[in-house]
Amino acid sequence: MQALYAQLLVGLINGSFYALLSLGLAVIFGMLNIINFAHGALYMMGAFVAYFLLNLGGINYWWALLLAPIIVGIFGMILERTMLQWLTGLDHLYGLLLTFGIALIVQGVFQNYFGSSGLPYAIPDQLKGGMNLGFMFLPVYRGWVVIFSLVVCLATWFLIEKTRLGAYLRAATENPTLVRAFGINVPRMITLTYGLGVGLAALAGVLSAPINQVRPLMGADLIIVVFAVVVIGGMGSIMGSIITGFALGVIEGLTKYFYPEASNTVVFVLMVLVLLVKPTGLTGRAA
Amino acid sequence: MTALTDDTLPMSPRAMRDEMIAFVVMALLLASVPFTGVYPFFVMQALCFALLACAFNLLIGYGGLLSFGHAMFMGTAGYCSAHALKVWGLPPELGILVGIAAAFGLSLITGYISIRRQGIYFSMITLALSQLLYFIYLQAPFTHGEDGIQGIPQGHMFGVLDLSKPTVLYYVVLAGFLAGFLLIYRIINSPFGEVLKSIRENEPRAISLGYRTDQYKFLAFVLSGTLAGFAGALKVFVAQNASLTDVHWSMSGEVVLMTLVGGLGTIFGPVVGAFVIIAMQQYLAGFGQWVTVIQGSIFVICVLTFRRGVIGEIAHYFRRSL
Repeated sequence: MQALYAQLLVGLINGSFYALLSLGLAVIFGMLNIINFAHGALYMMGAFVAYFLLNLGGINYWWALLLAPIIVGIFGMILERTMLQWLTGLDHLYGLLLTFGIALIVQGVFQNYFGSSGLPYAIPDQLKGGMNLGFMFLPVYRGWVVIFSLVVCLATWFLIEKTRLGAYLRAATENPTLVRAFGINVPRMITLTYGLGVGLAALAGVLSAPINQVRPLMGADLIIVVFAVVVIGGMGSIMGSIITGFALGVIEGLTKYFYPEASNTVVFVLMVLVLLVKPTGLTGRAA
Repeated sequence: MTALTDDTLPMSPRAMRDEMIAFVVMALLLASVPFTGVYPFFVMQALCFALLACAFNLLIGYGGLLSFGHAMFMGTAGYCSAHALKVWGLPPELGILVGIAAAFGLSLITGYISIRRQGIYFSMITLALSQLLYFIYLQAPFTHGEDGIQGIPQGHMFGVLDLSKPTVLYYVVLAGFLAGFLLIYRIINSPFGEVLKSIRENEPRAISLGYRTDQYKFLAFVLSGTLAGFAGALKVFVAQNASLTDVHWSMSGEVVLMTLVGGLGTIFGPVVGAFVIIAMQQYLAGFGQWVTVIQGSIFVICVLTFRRGVIGEIAHYFRRSL
C-alpha cells in the first residue's frame, strides 16, 4: 500500500505540472489564438532561472519562486511584442510553427551550454524532511508542491472568472474590437496575458527543479503530454483544465503502480479513448 | 481563416506546361547526379526526405491539415521493412511492400482518430499519437529499443538489381521518389484534389455543397501517411538501419520545416526544402546543438517574413504555379 500512495503522490505532483501548464496554454489560446509550443521550453527556463539565481546570485528558493516567473514572463512578453503579435489574423498553424521554432532555439541554446544531463537543485531547508501520516511517509517538499500548485491554479481561476480584470480578459477573448471601443488597451492585455501564461509555466519549472533536476530538455517531452491533456480537457474552461490536469496526473500515478509498462503512454491512450467517445473533449466546445 | 497559399485558380494549360518542364528538369538533374561526383548517399537521403515532405505537403498544402506526427509513418514503415528484410529474409520489393502496408494500416487508425478534430487540435493529436508510438517502439522487443535494427541486408531487387552497389541503389531510390512524386501530383490535380483544396479554403461551404468533407480528409490522411511510409521503406536501404530517431517528434518537426522552407502548398517546394535542410545538417554537423538553434531560427524567420517559402516566392514573383 505504501508504494501505491507514493505513486499517487507522484501522480499528484505531475498533475500539478499538467494543470499549471495546460492552464497557461488555455489562457494564451483564449487571447492570442496561438498554441504555445514554446511552453515546455519556458517551463525549462523557469527551472534554469531558479538555478542561476541560487548559484550565481545566492538568491534562495523562495525569492526564485517569485522572481523566476517574473523574469521568464518578461522574456515571454518580449517574444510576444517582437514576434507573436505579427501573426494576428493569420492561420493558427503559423503560431504553432513560430513557437515551435522558438522552443527549438531556447532548448538548443541551453543544450549547448549545459548538455543533456541534469543539474541538481537542493530542496530549501524549510521544506526538507518528511512527515509520517500514519498510512504513508510524506516528503514535505512534495506535499508543498501539490498544495502550492493547487492554490496558484485556484487563484488564477479566481483572477479570470471573478475579478474585473478577468472580466475584461474574457470579454476581449470573445470580441476584441468591441472591448477596444470601450477604451481598453487590448494589445497590452494580450501581452500581459501571454506573460501570465508563461509565468505559470516558469513557476511550474521552479517547483519541479528540486524534484526532477534542471535539464535543457525537461520541458520537451512534457509539453507533448500537456498537449494530450489539453485535447482531453478542451481549452474552453479554466476549471476544466485544472481538474483534467490533476486527474490525469493521478491516473498516470495509478498506472505506474498497477501496470508500470504503460505509465508513459496512458495519457495518450486516454486521449484516443476520449476522442473516440466524445470528439469535442470533456469540457470543450466544438473547435 | 486565411489561405495558406495563393493558388486558388483551376489548373490552366500553361501552368500544366510549366510544371511539366520543371518536373523534367528536376528528373534530369537528379538522374545525372552519379556522373557529377556529388556524394550519392547525401542525395539519396535527401530524396527520401523529399518524398516524405511531399507526402506531408499533400495534407497541409492541399488539405490544410498540419500533422505534427508524420515521422510516425516513416518510422513505422522503416521498422517493419527492416524487420521483414533482416529477420524474415524477404527480398527488397516485398520488404518495401511490408513497410507500405504497415504505414497504410497505421494511417487508417490514426486518421480515424485525429480527423475528428480540426485545426490546432488536429496537430496536437497527431503529435500525441506519434509520441505514443515512440514509447511503444522504445519498449517493443522487435525494434531493439535504443539500438534500433542495424545491419539490414540490401539484397537484390526483383532478383537482378544489386542494391549494395551505390549507383544501382541510387537509381532505384530515384525511381521510387519520382513515382511517388508523380502520384502526389496526380492526386493534387484530380477531382479529389480539387475538392480537398475547396475544403482547405472553406470547409463549411464544401459541406453545404454536399461533400462529406470528413471522408475526403480521411482519404487524404491515409494517402499521405502511406506515401510517407513508402519514403520510410526506401530510407531503410539507404541508411541500412531503422532507429528511434525516425519516430521522434523532432523528425516530424524537421519534415514540417522542410516543407515550410520550400513552400507550403507548392508542388516542388518540399523537394527543394528537403535538400536545403539535409544539406544544412550535413555541413553544420560539426556544430552540435547549434543546428537545432539554426533550425529554430529558420522556422521563426520563415513564419515572420517568408511564409510562401523558396518555391512559393519564385512562383509568386513570376506568377506561375510551381
